[in-house]
Amino acid sequence: MNQQLIVFFKALLGSCKDLLPIVLVIAFFQFVVLQQAMPNIGDILVGLALVVLGLTFFIYGLEMGLFPIGESMAQAFAKKGSINWLLTFAFCLGFGTTVAEPSLIAVAKEAATVAAAGGMISNTLEAQLSYANGLRYTVAFAVGFAISIGVLRIIRGWPIQYLILGGYVVVVLMTIIAPSWIIGIAYDSGAVTTSTITVPLVTALGVGLASAIKGRNPMIDGFGLIAFASLTPMVFVMIYGMVIN
Amino acid sequence: MALLLEFLQTLKNTVVDVLPILSIILGFQLLVIRKPIPHIKQVSFGFIYVLIGLTLFLLGLEKALFPLGKMMAEQLTAPEFIHQGAKVLTTVHWSDYAWVYVFAAAIGFSTTIAEPSLIAVAIKAEEVSGGAINANSLRISVAIGVSVGIALGSYRIVVGHPLHYYIITGYVIVVIQTFYCPKLLVPLAYDSGGVTTSTVTVPLVAALGLGLASTIPGRSPLIDGFGLIAFASLFSIIAVMTYAQLTHAKAHKIERKVEKRQRIKINKRKLRQKKQEADQTSNDINQQDKQDR
Repeated sequence: MNQQLIVFFKALLGSCKDLLPIVLVIAFFQFVVLQQAMPNIGDILVGLALVVLGLTFFIYGLEMGLFPIGESMAQAFAKKGSINWLLTFAFCLGFGTTVAEPSLIAVAKEAATVAAAGGMISNTLEAQLSYANGLRYTVAFAVGFAISIGVLRIIRGWPIQYLILGGYVVVVLMTIIAPSWIIGIAYDSGAVTTSTITVPLVTALGVGLASAIKGRNPMIDGFGLIAFASLTPMVFVMIYGMVIN
Repeated sequence: MALLLEFLQTLKNTVVDVLPILSIILGFQLLVIRKPIPHIKQVSFGFIYVLIGLTLFLLGLEKALFPLGKMMAEQLTAPEFIHQGAKVLTTVHWSDYAWVYVFAAAIGFSTTIAEPSLIAVAIKAEEVSGGAINANSLRISVAIGVSVGIALGSYRIVVGHPLHYYIITGYVIVVIQTFYCPKLLVPLAYDSGGVTTSTVTVPLVAALGLGLASTIPGRSPLIDGFGLIAFASLFSIIAVMTYAQLTHAKAHKIERKVEKRQRIKINKRKLRQKKQEADQTSNDINQQDKQDR
């Protein structure tokens, strides 16, 4: 018990260190640049304590729960040897985690107001809602597609750089023909899709698969799933913009 | 009491977010794999810890950091701060916004260090590489990338250049670096681009972009406000590859040193052997000489 407490405090201290830069930056700008007093300092201290505690718990749970389940499922699928089921699982994981992602919902809503203001869609609530939902499902489909392709790549051992660089070429070409109002949203949607719970799970899945399959290096083949997940939404959102146009 | 209520509300939201993932995992585990989950007790506790941790984390961010950070972004971009006194800006010069760039870089760096998903990937990378990749150095290089990216992105909003010129140039740099980067780190570098920007970074950076785009004449918050996040993720790829190249060069140096030392050893051994051989032959000759006599 005592030893566990020591480990916990060490983790707590680590989280404090992770948070220190933010505190320093905010304090510096508040006192030195903007020259203002800190508003309701009590609330801020409570909030900081919560953040530190939360980060500690999260990292604890990560190594206990998320990493092991990701790897054990990857190994079970590899043993089962059914590529179709594995790809279905990968697609579901990508689609399911993205469609409900709060930051994606927020971005989609904002994008709908942009489109309405730009006169791309009619300025009614209904049109905006259907546009935002369309965007959300497009991105979710893109992420599901990306994780499946990424898993297929691990199984087959394709080198990642050709796929990613090929994807970049597609993005650049699409940028030329896609309507200009969708480009900013498309570029951003690539980065917001991967949430805090999806990332560890998907990483563990990739590394687990690469270590379960003979001839794959977990370092070279295991990573890269998230890279796909942040590339394909750009392409799919630009296609969506072109279709709407 | 109010805090507890807020905690429960945030917890509910987090659970709702996690529900689809959980049902997919359980569905596939029970229907397709058809085996009990190994270490079920430990794994479920881990999940509960993750839920509680994420809830506390989000609650704390909402209470302490987001309001302050967003307020700062607004104040730093407000015309009153940029042109002491003037309420409305008529002309802007990019150098008026020096503090904004400093803030952008600093907030980009510090929020990336605290980003939970980046911590997860860094831990995994250190584990898989057997400690050859240091989790903290990886996180710091990503953070440097994000800070450069967001500062440059703010500059772009101020001067109003089109977004895709920058992004496409960034892609070209990534392509060139890919050929020179040690192969072992390429996938990790690509991954770090997608990982950097999530829970902590996005809200603050979005506030900064919105503040900039809505105060500078000629910018539309709806069009120019987007794009900062894309900068951040592109530059973190570049930063990780640079880190990989630098450490690779260092590793090469060490390798070369070791090789050199071995070569010297081998040379010495060869010299010694030659000397011995020479001694031997001269001895032989001496002996033959003696016999001849």
